[in-house]
Amino acid sequence: MGFQIVIEPGRTEKNYWKDLWRYRELFYILSWRDIKVRYKQTTLGILWAIIRPLLTMLVFTFIFGTVAGMKGRSAVPYAIIVFAGLLPWQFFSNALSESGNSLVGNERLITKVYFPRMIIPASSVITSFIDFFISFIILLLLFVYYRYVPPVQVFAMPLFWIMAFIASIGPGLYLAALNVKYRDFRHIIPFIIQFGLFISPVGFSSDVIPAQWKGLYSLNPLVGVIDGFRWCIVEDAPNPLLNYPFYISLAVSLLLLVLAIRQFRKMEKNFADLV
Amino acid sequence: MSDIVIKAEAVGKKYIIRHEGQESYQALRDVIQQKTKGLFAKTKPVREEFWALKDINFEVRQGEAIGIIGRNGAGKSTLLKILSRITEPTEGRVTLNGRTSSLLEIGTGFHPELTGRENIFLNGAVLGMNRAEIKKKFDAIVEFSGVEKFLDTPVKRYSSGMYLRLAFSVAAHLEPEILIVDEVLAVGDTEFQKKCLGKMDEVSRNEGRTVLFVSHNTVAIESLCSRGFLIEQGKIHTEGPIKHVIDSYASLTNTFVGKGPIHKLISEGAVIQNFRFSSAGNDVYTGDKVMLGQELKIEIEITATQKLKGLSVAIDIKNSNGELYSHIINEDDGYIFPDMENGETRVVTIKTSPILYVPGDYIVDLWLGSYQTSGYYSVKNALHFSLEQSDVVGRKMPLPQHTKVYLSSTWN
Repeated sequence: MGFQIVIEPGRTEKNYWKDLWRYRELFYILSWRDIKVRYKQTTLGILWAIIRPLLTMLVFTFIFGTVAGMKGRSAVPYAIIVFAGLLPWQFFSNALSESGNSLVGNERLITKVYFPRMIIPASSVITSFIDFFISFIILLLLFVYYRYVPPVQVFAMPLFWIMAFIASIGPGLYLAALNVKYRDFRHIIPFIIQFGLFISPVGFSSDVIPAQWKGLYSLNPLVGVIDGFRWCIVEDAPNPLLNYPFYISLAVSLLLLVLAIRQFRKMEKNFADLV
Repeated sequence: MSDIVIKAEAVGKKYIIRHEGQESYQALRDVIQQKTKGLFAKTKPVREEFWALKDINFEVRQGEAIGIIGRNGAGKSTLLKILSRITEPTEGRVTLNGRTSSLLEIGTGFHPELTGRENIFLNGAVLGMNRAEIKKKFDAIVEFSGVEKFLDTPVKRYSSGMYLRLAFSVAAHLEPEILIVDEVLAVGDTEFQKKCLGKMDEVSRNEGRTVLFVSHNTVAIESLCSRGFLIEQGKIHTEGPIKHVIDSYASLTNTFVGKGPIHKLISEGAVIQNFRFSSAGNDVYTGDKVMLGQELKIEIEITATQKLKGLSVAIDIKNSNGELYSHIINEDDGYIFPDMENGETRVVTIKTSPILYVPGDYIVDLWLGSYQTSGYYSVKNALHFSLEQSDVVGRKMPLPQHTKVYLSSTWN
């Protein structure tokens, strides 16, 4: 036989990661479903993933670059500076809202089938990656438009993709779990996103923050991620890896992830009874 | 090595019922509110423990088909959820030896926007099949479902029958060692139901697989399962050969106990003071028999509580599942009530034609109102009688249970 399952209170703890691995196929297929449905349902489809960041970029370039007069601190066109920040930000905000609502949205699955629940928020973060890569098309178009060649560290970018993923999945898991129990998190998520946009260096470079405050500012994990993206794309942006605030951001993302996983596992056993 | 594939030891599941809200989830603001209140008041919010299951012990051997029956809310679904690992037990322990799949619903994970083909893969993965396995069985699944032509159409355009057929076909091709099935066959057309039952039977009988089957359909359970449990109020009430368990279930659901008449004043107008039933010259009370082919006579004493112009009196006869068999009302039979003064009492006698329903339990409700529209007064469960077969019917065998009315006929 060789295949034995013991069901006891508190038992799921033991084989947690092994179980997660065993259900990887479900993870792939749920990600595939989310992606497929996302681009099937809207007639604009992929276009939508382009229009949104494009318009945001235009508005931000105008407001921060022209109105606030931040243009001219760098030799690189301001639109590119904004877009380098917008890319990870859009990913983060999509991932957070998608995964935050994912468990409640998949109620039927949760109450009718067993699988490690973490698959659901994780697969919805993957969907946001697709939008993210589509936005890269705009970045390439910007390069062409401004006849701009990115610096060599552009190849280090995948490193920051991973960091963006970590920074998003932590809060995503947290919110997903809390949303099952306390439904008003549904209203809190858009607020976090709106608020986060202003406290993250999306429309401006984090250089404008005075040096003595930079450490505190970097408690926002997105600061490190965005600085990383800027360094890869904007040739005269400073290398964040050389300064300690970056590591504060990284540490906060990792800490959030660990806490989120712990919280998620604690609550996950009751999802089927609560959702 | 023992051939016991499922072993449950002292399994229990406790739920906490909060009384202030119907929803299982809370809003954070409520929690904050409660906690703040808690700072000042000594009383804790009312929480009640409820054991949905308590002390469940059983063993299932390999290749057995077990039927689980019980009334709504008895704890069957909770047990299945524990066995399927959807929810954790509060206490006790279950050991499952073998790959387990559970079908608590068919078409779980189906997405309306995706095509039939895509949904087969999606649903298969949700039920625990891997991609290679689904690919191998794909043609068989499609053939069983009979929706070949619509494979590339989004399932939202399917008729509900097609949808169910496709969903069940995926489920029927699962090859676990232990299959747990909830009441999923209650839906769908009879033809397809039969096909599905046949497939399940084949699964348990020929392939040595263990099946746990929950249903209200005792006919299906009896034909599929050899052994069973009756769950009642979270405990195993009866266990043993399926026939025995079904009989025990029948006696549990058919009791007349606690089903007295329920009087209800709907609005001012008239009230039923008293009523009396009789048949073939004998009084009939709740629990009594009425012979098939006899009439039912009903006497109702009505008092007006205001000046009434035209009164309607209705008598409903339902079977024990609540299906309405007859609706008798005075206007239909051309009887018009004379106007009544406030406080006036009148006795009306109604005699039905011979009752020719199939034998079984029936319930009579009474109703007063004005011209069939607004009600004055009702008595639910005024009588609960059992109709017995009599020599009105030529055959000595019982009439088939799935027929509803015996229609007598003349033959030449």
